[in-house]
Amino acid sequence: MTKRQKIISVILLALVYAAVFVMEQVIPAQAMLFTVLKKGAIYALVAVSMNLLNGFTGLFSLGQAGFMLIGAYVYGIFTIPTEMRTSVYQYFDGGVIQFTVPVLLAIVLAGVAAAIAAALIGFPALRLKSDYLAIATLGFAEILRAIFQWDKLGPVTNGSNLLRKFPTFNDFNITNADGDVVIYLSTLVPFLIVGVCIFLIVLLINSSYGRVFRAIRDDERAAEAMGVNLFAHKEISFVVSSFFAGIGGALLAMYQMTIQASAFKSAMTYEILLIVVIGGIGSVTGSCIGSFLFIAASEWWLRGLDSGTFLGITAPTIFRSGFRKVVFAVIIMVIVLFYRKGLMGDKEFSVARIAGRFRRLFRRRAPAEKGATK
Amino acid sequence: MSENVLRIENLTMRFGGVTAVDALSLDVNRGEIVALIGPNGAGKTTAFNCITGVYEQTDGKIRFLGKDIKRGTTPDKITKLGIARTFQNIRLFKSMTVFENVLVAKHMRTKQNVFSATLRFNRNEEKRVRRETEELLDKQGLLHLKDEVASNLPYGLQRHLEIARALATDPQIILLDEPAAGMNPQETQELAGFIQQIRDEYKLTVFIIEHHMDLIMQISDRIYVLDFGALIASGSPAEVQSNQRVIDAYLGVVEDA
Repeated sequence: MTKRQKIISVILLALVYAAVFVMEQVIPAQAMLFTVLKKGAIYALVAVSMNLLNGFTGLFSLGQAGFMLIGAYVYGIFTIPTEMRTSVYQYFDGGVIQFTVPVLLAIVLAGVAAAIAAALIGFPALRLKSDYLAIATLGFAEILRAIFQWDKLGPVTNGSNLLRKFPTFNDFNITNADGDVVIYLSTLVPFLIVGVCIFLIVLLINSSYGRVFRAIRDDERAAEAMGVNLFAHKEISFVVSSFFAGIGGALLAMYQMTIQASAFKSAMTYEILLIVVIGGIGSVTGSCIGSFLFIAASEWWLRGLDSGTFLGITAPTIFRSGFRKVVFAVIIMVIVLFYRKGLMGDKEFSVARIAGRFRRLFRRRAPAEKGATK
Repeated sequence: MSENVLRIENLTMRFGGVTAVDALSLDVNRGEIVALIGPNGAGKTTAFNCITGVYEQTDGKIRFLGKDIKRGTTPDKITKLGIARTFQNIRLFKSMTVFENVLVAKHMRTKQNVFSATLRFNRNEEKRVRRETEELLDKQGLLHLKDEVASNLPYGLQRHLEIARALATDPQIILLDEPAAGMNPQETQELAGFIQQIRDEYKLTVFIIEHHMDLIMQISDRIYVLDFGALIASGSPAEVQSNQRVIDAYLGVVEDA
């Protein structure tokens, strides 16, 4: 990237953040838009982390929901205010942990816990290849879900009961003495956290390590012959990816306001995989765009298909519960048919590319105009 | 006699009941170009794979610069020791550029960890690696193709890039597995010059598998001939060419001579 492109990108990003901030002050907080923005940002982070592993390193792993589960729980366990613990852990005498840590530290801890789990699982699992690795990681995520609901661990995880009353995104809002919100930050702060995380992943991808990851994806044996320690680098990729999935899990907990292990099903991993595929395997911006489109479509734009009225057409016999999923499936099939490599392929969204496209468009038009004047 | 670089003693590799390499012993000395020839399936590539750690040999010793390479040493560690290789079927990082392909080979010798590399704590290291890579590509006459995606290069250049990439690992010895495969006579001739040139320029030792006899006879100092996994002859090109067993097993008789 040239210096000029860098500056333009930074300005564009700043504009996005400014727009989020302004919208948040102007538009009522209950608007569907913020649901999409918050959840979209969280899924974007997890999708990018999955892309690092599946798209850039070529490791087909399906453990994302498991690592998010760890992240969510670690965040919840360490942030529920001590005075609330008796009511949350009502069946476990208030639980064993009786202290809290600051929110941002808890988010980092969530990532660290997921990373440690990944490091341990990586030792056996990363010796497997392609589909086998996918099955192993998927199985691991399912096992985790069962473990976190285990009654014996109740004093820590609250068993199969909800974790709740921990700080959520709304606690980022600045309120006055009466409890009225003065400045809304409940969308901006998660956006900032996700932005920093994705920025770090992009830095990694563009570093010497990122190159090695792509080399492993292209040809393992050649990478090995170039002195690349395959296992060590796969492990790094796996641990880093899981770290950010853990952070994504913590953010998802904040967004949902409650944590329940049973929510982190493999379906969640598939949703994220879908975002990665739709966005383009090997494209960070693709994963981000894919995430917001996916969340917007499933949570907002297609809602009407389930509740009787869609695009002003009222047809309760057709537009009833479940129809949204039918349409959604068709849309995905169309995307996969016409954009086989996803929306972005393995390219990145860049100002230069769009400018170039426009320039070409005008150049093509210019001779035509000349012909017209003759 | 010059220093021994690679010594193989009684190397044996069995796959189930098949003995692919049978008690092979050979020496490669510093600065030499040594060839390993033989009919298809003679076990040449298997021998290379044992040396570079892709296979764990069933029996036998491999010594590099006077030190034993332990059985089970992984390919990356062997590359780090100073043994580079190319592959029979080209194995480039297809989606990456020419420049990136070579940069990957430099990765193992950079003083960085994942944190310092991500957070750009040591920019000089990355700069150094990039500069060295540019120099190497320039020397190899590939610099103008720097940003070309590897899979878009014509076949001959892909071969060339693979050798350049192997050179970037700072090897003492380079193992070339059929570098002239699929090349026309003119390209093969160029390759012969190129191999001698890199030997002199990088003070390399070259160990080469090849079927192009013109090339082998022209550049090799010594030749080892394998047949059914076992060594049937060795010596200078002239000696090997006149060896009856080699003629029977591999070279054949030129009928219309």
